Amino acid sequence: MSDIVLPDRLRDVAEPVRRIRTPARLDYVFMAGKATSRFLNAVAEKRLVGQRCPVCRKVYVPPRGVCPTDGVPTEEEIELPHVGTVTSFCVVNVQFYGQVMELPYVSALILLDGTDIPLMHLIQEVPADQVHMGMRVEAVWVPDEELGPTLESIKYFRPNGEPDADYETYKDNV
Amino acid sequence: MGAERVAVVGIGQTKHDTIFDGSIAGLVRTAAERALADARMTWADIDAVVIGKAPDFFEGVMMPELYLADALGAVGKPMFRVHTAGSVGGSTAIVAQDLIAAGIHKKVLTVAFEKQSESEAMWALSLPIPFQPPMHAGAGGYFAPHIRAYMHRSKAPDHVGILVAVKDRLNACKNPYAHLHEHDITFDSVKDSMMLWDPIRFSETCPSSDGACAMVLTDEAGGDAAAADGRPPAWVHGTAFRSEPTMFAGRDQVNPQGGQDCAADVYRQAGISDPRREIDVVEMYVPFSWFEPMWLENLGFCAEGEGWQLVEAGVTQMDGDLPVNCSGGVLSSNPIGASGMLRFAEAAMQVRGQAGEHQIDGARTALGHAYGGGSQFFAMWIVGAAKP
Ligand SMILES: [Zn+2]
Repeated sequence: MSDIVLPDRLRDVAEPVRRIRTPARLDYVFMAGKATSRFLNAVAEKRLVGQRCPVCRKVYVPPRGVCPTDGVPTEEEIELPHVGTVTSFCVVNVQFYGQVMELPYVSALILLDGTDIPLMHLIQEVPADQVHMGMRVEAVWVPDEELGPTLESIKYFRPNGEPDADYETYKDNV
Repeated sequence: MGAERVAVVGIGQTKHDTIFDGSIAGLVRTAAERALADARMTWADIDAVVIGKAPDFFEGVMMPELYLADALGAVGKPMFRVHTAGSVGGSTAIVAQDLIAAGIHKKVLTVAFEKQSESEAMWALSLPIPFQPPMHAGAGGYFAPHIRAYMHRSKAPDHVGILVAVKDRLNACKNPYAHLHEHDITFDSVKDSMMLWDPIRFSETCPSSDGACAMVLTDEAGGDAAAADGRPPAWVHGTAFRSEPTMFAGRDQVNPQGGQDCAADVYRQAGISDPRREIDVVEMYVPFSWFEPMWLENLGFCAEGEGWQLVEAGVTQMDGDLPVNCSGGVLSSNPIGASGMLRFAEAAMQVRGQAGEHQIDGARTALGHAYGGGSQFFAMWIVGAAKP
């Protein structure tokens, strides 16, 4: 019973339709929640704030309001410096549909000083082949009038000239 | 009351390719018909269907299972859809086996597929994340930093990823269903291929494939009947699934806890204490070549930091003592949603002695492994030639 066989007169298709391009578009609303709202409102003021877990003492940025390990509210808010360490990175050379970045570009995991989880951002003002693990970087912000509640308020990170961080200082995040 | 024993009695897959010349319905039906034929069954014999694929956004077809029910003979029968990202092919098979182990159904058809020729997978995996810069670059962009971290931590030489790529692509030449048949691949051709997501080269990356995989699972009576008919089944000795959050402080994405726990669970169920010695052949989910040494460690086949040494010593070659991805693996065929089920199915084919040119002689115990998301979902099974 498994074979489904078309009659001969229906088999020929002069022009098989193999591809019809059907774009899909998605616009969505994101509700940040209280902890992330505090973070994003601070970003709009050109500040970075994290939150510390009272149990494991880890500092989360952006904060989610709760420690995923201990399941308790991260109540203590910490003002963070705008400098950190590249813990790892990728040099992207792939063109794809919908891409907005010029190639190649470097997306990096950056561990801000005083935090315990890296955030992902761009590294610029340095050739891609010179980016390396342990590199010290600082945030470059958009002009004040363009600041908003988004990490796009930071245009990118760039080397800040400090010597590389010792591996021991970021090995738990590699 | 113990669980019902579960047997794999039918396996089918399509020729994985850049384009499957047909519809999604035709794709899944082709694999399903081959599994039924292998099981000497017809659609009427099947009690329930379990289907899986990667995110719907790839092909842009929301909940394709709704329209695939008739193509899979599921009309009037229970049908379930499983979603666990790249691990979905594995977790779909696990759901199917659970339905039998629990005594709910006796014969279950399980199917997984992806049709990347109709997909925008890179786009779907790179959607902007709220309030973050639009910098994401697909799975390669996500995993490249973790591979770099592995290379740094283990001090593995750069050529290990190349060795894995050459091995898997040459193994694929022995598998008529594999997408890539690169007979002329060499160490240098991989080495000289473009750095797509540095440190991942083009030839160390899985292809984009159309493909489907299907299996027929039965209860113990079904397995016994197949064996009596001279068609040895693969017996399921253990299944495990684990998840972990994508983000938490101190998360180890090189050697994730979820993967370690999942492996420990499936070994315990199968009574395995020394996986390196007791498992004859492994099909693991390696979409980028460096994941072979990483998963060798995560799955407990060696100590942390030593996976690359197994690769370098040829242990994972077909003539090594722990052959990995004899089918050519994900590196040679990646119909994403089906890729996990292919690992499970290829493991079963090995213990059934059904793997043709890429058969490991005398394989009795095999591991099928899949992972997905940001290395946060893990699905595994152990199958054996002998009844558990
Ligand atoms: Zn905590």
